[in-house]
Amino acid sequence: MAIFLDDSSTIIVQGMTGSEGTKHTRRMLAAGSNVVGGVNARKAGTELDVDGTALPVFGSVSEAMAETGADVSVVFVPPAFTKDAVVEAIEAAMPLVVVITEGVPVHDTAAFFARAQASGRTRIIGPNCPGIASPGRSNAGIIPADITTSGPIGLVSKSGTLTYQMMYELRDIGFSTSVGIGGDPIIGTTHVDCLQAFQDDPDTDAMIMVGEIGGDAEERAAAFIEANITKPVVAYVAGFTAPEGKTMGHAGAIVSGSSGTAEAKKVALEAVDVQVGKTPSETAGLMRDIITSHG
Amino acid sequence: MRADADRSNQHETGATMDLMEYQAKQLFARHGVPVTLGVVAETPEQAQAAAEQLGGRVVVKAQVKAGGRGKAGGVKLAETPQEARDRAQDILGMVIKGLTVRRVLIAPVADIAAEYYFSFLVDRSNRTYLSIASVAGGVEIEEVARTNPDAVAKVSIDPVTGVDDAKAREIVATAEFPDDLADDAVDMLRKLWTVFIGEDATLVEVNPLVRLGGGSLEALDGKVTLDANASFRHADHADFEDTAAADPLEARAKAKDLNYVKLDGEVGIIGNGAGLVMSTLDVVAYEGQELAGEHGSGVKPANFLDIGGGASAQTMADGLEIVLGDTDVKSVLVNVFGGITACDAVADGIVSAFRLLADRGEPVTKPLVVRLDGHNAEEGRRILEEADLPGVEHVDTMDGAARRAAELAAAR
Repeated sequence: MAIFLDDSSTIIVQGMTGSEGTKHTRRMLAAGSNVVGGVNARKAGTELDVDGTALPVFGSVSEAMAETGADVSVVFVPPAFTKDAVVEAIEAAMPLVVVITEGVPVHDTAAFFARAQASGRTRIIGPNCPGIASPGRSNAGIIPADITTSGPIGLVSKSGTLTYQMMYELRDIGFSTSVGIGGDPIIGTTHVDCLQAFQDDPDTDAMIMVGEIGGDAEERAAAFIEANITKPVVAYVAGFTAPEGKTMGHAGAIVSGSSGTAEAKKVALEAVDVQVGKTPSETAGLMRDIITSHG
Repeated sequence: MRADADRSNQHETGATMDLMEYQAKQLFARHGVPVTLGVVAETPEQAQAAAEQLGGRVVVKAQVKAGGRGKAGGVKLAETPQEARDRAQDILGMVIKGLTVRRVLIAPVADIAAEYYFSFLVDRSNRTYLSIASVAGGVEIEEVARTNPDAVAKVSIDPVTGVDDAKAREIVATAEFPDDLADDAVDMLRKLWTVFIGEDATLVEVNPLVRLGGGSLEALDGKVTLDANASFRHADHADFEDTAAADPLEARAKAKDLNYVKLDGEVGIIGNGAGLVMSTLDVVAYEGQELAGEHGSGVKPANFLDIGGGASAQTMADGLEIVLGDTDVKSVLVNVFGGITACDAVADGIVSAFRLLADRGEPVTKPLVVRLDGHNAEEGRRILEEADLPGVEHVDTMDGAARRAAELAAAR
């Protein structure tokens, strides 16, 4: 089954005619993803030839959905236009919007995330993320499709390259779905959302959670795991040696009550019996032991 | 006078800019928030002249992008212009939280009847905005939050509707501002909200927000953090950058659009993606723990350098040049997992950096450990093998490469 994205997913690309959009549309198609078109109001009615596949360019997300039955949009539009693109997808009731764009102002993300929540119909992944891959089924974003194959591990990660590293370390076992949720201050899909989905997914036997310093998402995930997750979880947190910041102001600490350090996150996770690896390879080793013992 | 700086939430994106007090107050004034700007001085003489111009007692305040200025001795009262000069002499050049004080703000001493706290911020945990307000004292707000949490009013704000009159009244009522101040407080909050949204700030904090003897409200001190991702719609924000404070290597990296942070160890680090680079720093520190480093405390990473996704050979060469330019660096670790980044481009970048530096008469003498995996990794390894660069070796795993780089640094 995988989570959020599977064989039946039908994908359009907002920003398909831009250089990044075209490059990754090509890669998604090569990975076997069902990409059926793109959106660009200025090029509506034209086609984009991608290695012999003629992909239609639609004038709007709603038109693209009506014509193709798309249920996933991958967004590559530049930061200044990302908010409008995502809001358009939300208003068209697109079920899943994967925002790859890096550098989106946080006020813009806050605005489109609030709209998505109010709509109750759209899940957003990102922004500033590598997207989501269900190996062997579908790939929406920029996660390389050839690292690994389908398997029983579910992965959720704040970091793009650590996602790839972890998939590579466990490439012989394989993954149900890998979700790169991004590390921006406001993100559409959290560790907790993915953990719950993996818990409910019959194809996922165990989960890896990759975190980074900053915020309290890992601490919240730890509390969630204790209350709701019965499948095994291992974790990795990057940033033990990162220098302390010189952030001014007191407000952040008053809100979360968390120091945001890697050590604090590790302690919180270990307190709920989640094993935390010291390095990516040690973390992969912990997961390997779990999968092997489940035999 | 100030509580300790909040040290959370800094490194996850690297995409924010903290303002100094006088800069924050300039933004406040631009949006009609009641504030006394004072005068910025960079020398004791300027401080004296400013005090003469203002007349009467003044306060001399260190301007650095850090909290805890009062505790560090960076905020002093002066009765006369001569005293203002002396206090400025003391404060200029002080180092507060690693930052050298280059400017002081000279401001008239305010007649304070009461101190409050107020802020708007991005609430990461709940993925929305939050206001925090308290009438139970200003500067020691963290202490209040800990000992008397009920005295700190937190009100969530919907990003779609924002702070309208009704929301401002809700905040003022929840925080229990005095009735006779309510209208003024509502007005101030709405103006601070325009600073928060209009300037693309992730934090707007007024601490203390004071009631003056005459009864009016004023933002006596302010902190603002701006969202650097929004700089495309705020050309004027570039004026707030404190270029003088940047480390010279950091400034060079910035000019090349590289994400570089100088640290205090010996192993230069280059990688792709912030998460992988942070992880590489950690692994080097673990592997280097048992080795004898520069400070007798193990071998440590010398820097953070993220060449980003899809880096070209030129980007790699620029990065290597900067890391090799750091005299503290004794060995270099290049750790790349090619997702979008092509490992052959990374290898080409290493080769061209070696040529460039040799042509310039600065041949590379430091050992370089390279670990390439992922997209075009085999081609990348072949390029390095054929180039046969002095002191360059490839190690297959991230942990092994980190150990080797740490050993090489310890041996030098």
